[in-house]
Amino acid sequence: MSTLEIKDLHVSIDTEQGTKEILKGVSLTIRTGETHAIMGPNGSGKSTLASTIAGHPRYNVTSGTITLDGEDVLAMSVDQRARAGLFLAMQYPVEVPGVSMTNFLRTAKTAIDGEAPKLRTWTKDVKAAMAQLRIDADFTQRNVNEGFSGGEKKRVEILQLELFKPKFAILDETDSGLDVDALKVVSEGVNRAHAEGKMGTLLITHYTRILRYIKPEFVHVFVDGQVVEEGGPELADRLEEEGYDRYATGAGAATIAAASAAAQA
Amino acid sequence: MTDITTEKARIGAPSAQPFINGFTEEGESLSPLNAAASKSPLAGEAVKRHSHGGGVGIPDSSRAGRLTSYKLADFKPLTGMEEDWRFTPLKRLRGLHTEVLNGAAPSVSVTAPDSVTVETVGRDDRRIGSAAIPEDRVSANAWENFTEATVITVPAEVQADGEVSVLLTGQGTDASAQHLVIVAEKFSKSVVVLDHQGTAVVSENIEILVEDGAQLTVISLQEWNDDAVHASSQQVKLGRDAKFKHIVVSLGGDLVRVTPSARFTAPGAEVELFGLYFADAGQHLEQRLFVDHAVANCKSNVLYKGALQGRNAHTVWVGDVLIRKEAEGTDTYEANRNLVLTDGARADSVPNLEIETGLIAGAGHASATGRFDDQHLFYLMARGIPEKVARRLVVRGFLNEIIQQIKVPAIEERLTAAVERELAATDN
Repeated sequence: MSTLEIKDLHVSIDTEQGTKEILKGVSLTIRTGETHAIMGPNGSGKSTLASTIAGHPRYNVTSGTITLDGEDVLAMSVDQRARAGLFLAMQYPVEVPGVSMTNFLRTAKTAIDGEAPKLRTWTKDVKAAMAQLRIDADFTQRNVNEGFSGGEKKRVEILQLELFKPKFAILDETDSGLDVDALKVVSEGVNRAHAEGKMGTLLITHYTRILRYIKPEFVHVFVDGQVVEEGGPELADRLEEEGYDRYATGAGAATIAAASAAAQA
Repeated sequence: MTDITTEKARIGAPSAQPFINGFTEEGESLSPLNAAASKSPLAGEAVKRHSHGGGVGIPDSSRAGRLTSYKLADFKPLTGMEEDWRFTPLKRLRGLHTEVLNGAAPSVSVTAPDSVTVETVGRDDRRIGSAAIPEDRVSANAWENFTEATVITVPAEVQADGEVSVLLTGQGTDASAQHLVIVAEKFSKSVVVLDHQGTAVVSENIEILVEDGAQLTVISLQEWNDDAVHASSQQVKLGRDAKFKHIVVSLGGDLVRVTPSARFTAPGAEVELFGLYFADAGQHLEQRLFVDHAVANCKSNVLYKGALQGRNAHTVWVGDVLIRKEAEGTDTYEANRNLVLTDGARADSVPNLEIETGLIAGAGHASATGRFDDQHLFYLMARGIPEKVARRLVVRGFLNEIIQQIKVPAIEERLTAAVERELAATDN
């Protein structure tokens, strides 16, 4: 049983116009076995939260904490976070020329586990996981993400999720750009990983479509760098019908957040 | 129907005024001398008439106009302003361009399959000059000064069993001249490895003749000691349907300048020119190649990749590809990629493509020089891979594309290990 705890997180980025605050006090607690959906309009800071947890150098944490079972995640380097059990399925997986998938997967698995996987079982595991995600066998010979289509890149992210077995998976708009078939395949992969009961999931999405396949227990609505509403799966249904229009953006958001906080009290 | 064409309307017509100061339509004005030449829109044509020993002293605006001669006297003393020497630190040539090259040349030791003939011959051998003619002063200096040459012949229709290994071991720092001739006779198939080691100050001419239907791979490894200075003109002449693959690997030496030239003499021939270089602090590694599509229906493919690390590591890549008017149906592509690993290093990259006929199958050129991509690093690290390992994965992968072309397992392993050592040297 593990806990990923985010407390009053403030994050800014440096732009040409100066420093811009993107996350304005986000608090969130995820435990093993739970699935949380973070939903919100474009530009609300959802992906910033994902990248900040993974440790992308572009994002500066100005205050607040992230801890994994009490350990200070913010003090860890990017690779240490991954080895501690955090996995970010990226919105735009990067092409790495010259590095084969085989080499990459084995190197990463070795780094995460602290020892090289046994060659025979590892090859078998990779093959089986690829087959389930309907990834062609020849992908292992290709370079990491090089020349993969958008859908293929997302499948390969989930392949890694299944092979690396993290404590917490953060899926950053994994559903965007997928057709229905690919969405099903990818969702099944996430559900398989989740079913082992050793993983917590943070699902970041703009659309409710993926929630037909992956069922969250908790839904958080993000607007302008803050959580403006929280609830169970029924909140997602409501968003499906009403969209994000009822959440004003910009200056109005704080008022709504205050109102919603008052309503909850 | 009337057809009105004004000078102005013709795209690509020479314009009276340069668009940007210091630039012509051909690109940057490369040196003050070039600026004078480029005043004439026909500079290229004018210069061409003076090829083969004319030596009018006008720098080449077309590669076709480059002076070639067996006589040292035809080449003016170098100033460093010449287009083909502008990147080279002449002071570090240690006399290759000024001295009489009478030092002891690197010793030549050849291990070859029985089917291959190896001879040591004098200057008057008929095969000398059969495939090459010096294209610069340093090469001409070697031509004038070499005393004996090694000739390697793969007889007609022989498929050499295993590679021909030529070990060239430097004999010290006296400026010297070297000459090698490699002849792949009709329909033969072979691999020749030139392995440069030790300490030398040498100008080298390598003539390579690939006769009709022959297939030849030449791998030139420069793993010199840190103080070596090496200029190597490696020229190949291809017959009908001949296939030539050239792989230049420069890792060691203070200054290494390799100038491969490929000339097609009959249709149906193909060249692949690959290169890999890894420059450390203070090293100057230069490669200038020339592919002369002088006849129809030939193919060329060029890819050079380099990595640089440390203060004043300097690499130069210049790729001249010329498609002459007669060379219809030509298919050519050239590319250079450089990875700058640390501050203080410099990579110059100049792809030149001249096309004198539109009736070609394809022609392209590309060049990219970049730093280590932080996105690559983030992606690999986000999968738990430590930064140092991630960097090595990427650099190794980058250079591996060339090493994979060698296809001689022992050499591939040796070079992979050499690249690892380079990476370990500065903890990248």
